[in-house]
Amino acid sequence: MDTLILSRMQFAANISFHILFPTITIALGWALLFFKVRYNQTKEDRWMEAYRFWVKIFALSFALGVVSGITMSFQFGTNWPGFMETVGNIAGPLLAYEVLTAFFLEAVFLGIMLFGFSRVPNWLHTTATFLVAFGTLMSAFWIIVLNSWMHTPQGYEMIEGVAHATDWSAIIFNPSMPYRLAHMVLASFITVSFLIAGVSAFRWLVGGRTEGVRVALKTAVFSAALLLPLQIYMGDMHGLNTKEYQPAKVAAMEGHWETSSGVPLILFGLPDEDARENHYEIGIPNLASFILTHSWDGEIKGLNDFVTHDGEVLHPPVAPVFWSFRVMVGTGLLMLLVSWGASAMMLRKRRGVEGLPKPMLYALVAMSFSGWLATLAGWYTTEIGRQPWLVHGVMTTKQAVADVPAPMVLSTLLAYLAVYAVLLTAYIYVIFYLARKMSRGEDIGTRVAPSAKAQVKAVPAE
Amino acid sequence: MNTFGDPVIWLPFVFAMLMGVSILIYVVLDGFDLGVGVLFPFADDDEKDRMIASIGPFWDANETWLVLAVGLLLVAFPAAHGEILTALYLPVAIMLIGLILRGVAFEFRAKAPAPHKATWNNLFFTGSLMTSLSQGFMLGMYVMGLDYTWAHFAFACLTAVFLTVGYSFIGATWIIHKTDEHLQRKAVDWAKGGIWGLVLGIGAISLATPFVSPRIFDKWFSFPEMLYLAPLPIVSGLLVISLWTMLRRMPLPDDRMSWAPFAVATALWVMAFLGMAYSFYPYVVPERLTIYDAASAPESLFIILIGTCIVLPTIMGYTVLAYTIFRGKATELRYD
Repeated sequence: MDTLILSRMQFAANISFHILFPTITIALGWALLFFKVRYNQTKEDRWMEAYRFWVKIFALSFALGVVSGITMSFQFGTNWPGFMETVGNIAGPLLAYEVLTAFFLEAVFLGIMLFGFSRVPNWLHTTATFLVAFGTLMSAFWIIVLNSWMHTPQGYEMIEGVAHATDWSAIIFNPSMPYRLAHMVLASFITVSFLIAGVSAFRWLVGGRTEGVRVALKTAVFSAALLLPLQIYMGDMHGLNTKEYQPAKVAAMEGHWETSSGVPLILFGLPDEDARENHYEIGIPNLASFILTHSWDGEIKGLNDFVTHDGEVLHPPVAPVFWSFRVMVGTGLLMLLVSWGASAMMLRKRRGVEGLPKPMLYALVAMSFSGWLATLAGWYTTEIGRQPWLVHGVMTTKQAVADVPAPMVLSTLLAYLAVYAVLLTAYIYVIFYLARKMSRGEDIGTRVAPSAKAQVKAVPAE
Repeated sequence: MNTFGDPVIWLPFVFAMLMGVSILIYVVLDGFDLGVGVLFPFADDDEKDRMIASIGPFWDANETWLVLAVGLLLVAFPAAHGEILTALYLPVAIMLIGLILRGVAFEFRAKAPAPHKATWNNLFFTGSLMTSLSQGFMLGMYVMGLDYTWAHFAFACLTAVFLTVGYSFIGATWIIHKTDEHLQRKAVDWAKGGIWGLVLGIGAISLATPFVSPRIFDKWFSFPEMLYLAPLPIVSGLLVISLWTMLRRMPLPDDRMSWAPFAVATALWVMAFLGMAYSFYPYVVPERLTIYDAASAPESLFIILIGTCIVLPTIMGYTVLAYTIFRGKATELRYD
């Protein structure tokens, strides 16, 4: 394997590991604010109980997000120097604004949010919770702006091979940004809904039937049920936007080779890039045309249009995009089914959590991390779908890679993978360990735990 | 944009200063919490909890200064960013894995089942050590012009050890400030045992730098520059002496001056940093690339600068707020 593919694998490994945690913290921050505000309003302990448990998961996720994010900021230089050398004038300010407006806000107020509960007035603690949630969202905004610009660049001119900004509002509000941002933020809220629902169902099953669990489970299932249709609608709009600006990506997602009208929606098939066709294809006639053009015999560009006369392939690798897309959609539909089913059972005769039969509770537990799967699959679709471009139409991925010896990249890649495997296992294990502990009625704060509820007690100096 | 003269000249300079300040703040702030990690094996279990409590609310924001520093390098001097980081590929990877391990160990050691706590404590130490050593190594390589020869490698290994001991020193002074009684006395001993790392580290770099490049040699050892620069080593020497005398008497009755060692150690870092900045200016990649050659387009830098002028004071403000809220001694952990 050469340096390019190894560097790509390393970047993919790092960013895949990283995105798991922001996906949780973006929405969990707002969920915590919701719990806190409800507590302030009602003074009911159940809201505080939910807050106390989930703030620990937040702290853990946040730490993992921060450290894996630091890795990202170095990756540009160690493996992809060509990226900043070519588009640094655009990417630079966007990244700088992320650090300045989001990272410090989150990091500083996180300390107050976690450790300051008895040290600061309640309003300041609530404000800190808000600022942390706001910071994570700001961070998502800036990074999505940059990522979207790489898909749909505008507002720049090339001078001697280097991009120079000409219009910042065109750069920030580039065509795919609103869709991508909405799609990702919704993904985060749905991921967190399923996480809270799954872990709460787990606690319910192992006997921790407290009011805090009840309220968390209900909030989570209902919000998932409400947000999923919205997400499907948003995904459709995002797809239409992609069809306009990156038709090759859409063709790969659909496994569609030859430009034609009345295109079927392929449910299953094995794309073969050498033969330039799909094997064992099963499809629904005309449905892809209808989804993408909203007309039963609309024309869709095929992959073969993106091969130049001298045989250079300017479309992404088909099979990975084709399959990632199907995994994302399939997971999303399953999530829709489960959340609607669970909501219906809870609403029926207003039985609430008692209305959920055991199989449904098990299903929720099994789907605790389904949001991760769908989010990753979605990112793979869009990022692999951008290849061979790094910045669409401006530079290819190959042009940006550093000339680091392949064995060196391989060694660091293996080291990262090993660390990530351990941490991911520990993360999931600890979440369920804490859940079980809570269910046994042991206060998880009473053990020596310097984070979350731990108080750094002040002895007055005088 | 031309109010202050040619932006192609002053913008890179301003950004080099901003980057320098970020690195300095990072080295002092994350220096103390990395140092606390390096000192972990010398503490018993209760002391470990108190040491963690003394840095718990801060470490996250401290590390953000590293992201800002490398971010500024990335956005303001993209060419240098690529050149420096590819040259330091492996130490950077080791540092990153170290940062990952210690960052997550913070959380896991408190949340994982009790039998696993010792493992996470060890990982917290290992991660802190990996981070400190690799940062020291990178510092050494940078001073040597990012040029891999055996002699330079050996020098970098030396600075790796010195910086690690230096971090443990500043970590110890932080513990002196944040704790009392037995642990505080122990930290005084740690500080006394670690001060040589700081002195030798600063000494080694100060001595080596001028001999790496005749340009730097001339900057220091020519008249009248020598005269203007003389206060730098003299003040540093006085700071070291005052540190040593005060550590010998610590802890003072009623916990007087417990903040002083940390403050003086910080002043010493500042001196060392000023010296280095003077040596290397105007180069960002030693002897190869100046800040003016490596800088991004002035339009882009200007956009960042506007934001920085508004946001940086705000960041300073709430950082001070956080340190004020969590001032005082970090004693036994208490839960409400």
